[in-house]
Amino acid sequence: MNDTTKDLLAIISDVFGEPDGAYNIREDSQCAGRKSTENIKIEGKKDKPGIDIFIKEGTKGEKVFIPACITHSNVDDLVYNDFYVGEGADVTIVAGCGVHTDGEESSQHNGIHRFFVGKNARVIYLEKHVGVGEGTGARIINPETYVEIEEGGYLEMETTQIKGVDSTVRKTGGVVKEGGKLIVKEKIMTHGSQHAETNFTVDLEGFDSGVDLISRSVARDTSTQVFRSVINGNTRCTGHSECDAIIMDKASVSAIPELTANHIDASLIHEAAIGKIAGEQLMKLMTLGLTEKEAEAKIIDGFLR
Amino acid sequence: MLELKHICVDVDDGNKEILKDINLTIKDHEFVVITGPNGGGKSTLAKVISGLMPLSEGQIFLDGVDITNDSITQRANAGISFAFQQPVRFKGITVRDLLELSVGEKIDENRLCLYLHDVGLCPKDYIDRDVDGSLSGGEIKRIEIAMIMARKTKLTLFDEPEAGIDLWSFNNLIDVFGKLQKETKGSIVVISHQERILNIADRIIVLSEGKITAEGAKDEILPQLLGDQMKCGFCIGEGIDFNE
Ligand SMILES: Nc1ncnc2c1ncn2[C@@H]1O[C@H](COP(=O)(O)OP(=O)(O)O)[C@@H](O)[C@H]1O
Ligand SMILES: [Mg+2]
Repeated sequence: MNDTTKDLLAIISDVFGEPDGAYNIREDSQCAGRKSTENIKIEGKKDKPGIDIFIKEGTKGEKVFIPACITHSNVDDLVYNDFYVGEGADVTIVAGCGVHTDGEESSQHNGIHRFFVGKNARVIYLEKHVGVGEGTGARIINPETYVEIEEGGYLEMETTQIKGVDSTVRKTGGVVKEGGKLIVKEKIMTHGSQHAETNFTVDLEGFDSGVDLISRSVARDTSTQVFRSVINGNTRCTGHSECDAIIMDKASVSAIPELTANHIDASLIHEAAIGKIAGEQLMKLMTLGLTEKEAEAKIIDGFLR
Repeated sequence: MLELKHICVDVDDGNKEILKDINLTIKDHEFVVITGPNGGGKSTLAKVISGLMPLSEGQIFLDGVDITNDSITQRANAGISFAFQQPVRFKGITVRDLLELSVGEKIDENRLCLYLHDVGLCPKDYIDRDVDGSLSGGEIKRIEIAMIMARKTKLTLFDEPEAGIDLWSFNNLIDVFGKLQKETKGSIVVISHQERILNIADRIIVLSEGKITAEGAKDEILPQLLGDQMKCGFCIGEGIDFNE
């Protein structure tokens, strides 16, 4: 593992040294370390790049780390990772991707993740994206996620992209079965001329299934963001999506919801609020002695916390 | 000591005058209550003093220093605190964050808790709460006052602090004023309609239609305010309802 990977790992997964649990570390399209545990098996795919992660039924409180790092320019990485989470398991998966460019050429990571969440299983999935490096090459991350939640299953996905990623198009799709629940919390900050796009498509298939999509974002400079959420309620279910964005400078943010209720007992809500930082929030913090810049930083920190 | 000289505030390109030639001095250690009908300009006056609203004419001096052109931040650092009539709600900012910002540094948890105790909130239940729409009007009003207790500056402005504190008692609020005054040895200006708050004033100022229509010691002003059955002798137009 090279030093750039070590630095990136610390940022994206708060891991210093060897992770505590099963792990697979991907460095410039190669495997830089892998460990399975008794309950969590990680195997390389035979037909394409990527891994299969098998989590035994009933596994409780374990963690899996699967960070991916790109340490220089001119890397075009594509990976397929599949998670099979056994019935009743309760685990935390820490993913994350760091892209470091040192030259003029761009580098990109395209991660395609599929989650098969078994009956009554509970998964927390954490994913942090970051771009670093002095190179002028664009840092591109395009994550694609597909989720299938069985009866009573629960998946909470928290994604964060705060710095340095020049372009990202995120696609998240899934199906939620009876009593299952999908929660997605996304935090994005874009600067300069960055672009970030999020596309959710969720089908609520099972009785009393639910989805909650929550996006908090800050767009600065001339950056652009698009948030699309498609929720189809095909039975008695609850769906909620929320896009809350702060725009600054000459940035632009669009929120495009598409809710379809195909059943009389489907209850779907979309909320979107886009605007500049509230003047009264700035003023309150200034009456406590903060400068306008300090107040602004505090408000954004809190908003994306 | 705070001195306001010929303060005028116009809006709508000078077509509407909210404050008209206000002259006022608040002495050190003084407890002043400003009252008057709704729309009289009381909140505007507090905003002008704390720098939230620009003035069209006039000058403001704090301890003899002209602060007329100072920013909100500069005035805050010079020793002015302001508890808003409508406290601000945030996203992702906790009670702890606001108290720490009020003090100006990270401080001992016990000290933070004292400020919440001062306003009758159980620290354990509130310290890590987000200051957002999940707090009731009364709760957020008390957190606003706790921030004042954490700042302890030489001049504090409270804009209708009694609003929404029904669950708490007036006595507690009055104790807070007492404690603040004792610890800061500073001046307190409270905008209020409440007889019990008017009752502890050193001086009462009546502001109506942007003008000071009466000013004097409590014993002199209060009986006249309460006389004439809820109808305030000094107010232009509508009277004040002291029982609201
Ligand atoms: N920013 C503003 N622009 C225009 N009119 C305002 C503004 N702020 C206050 N006013 C008006 O000024 C008057 C005084 O308001 P305010 O100071 O809030 O009164 P009070 O606090 O005594 O009830 C009201 O008529 C109010 O509508
Ligand atoms: Mg007012």
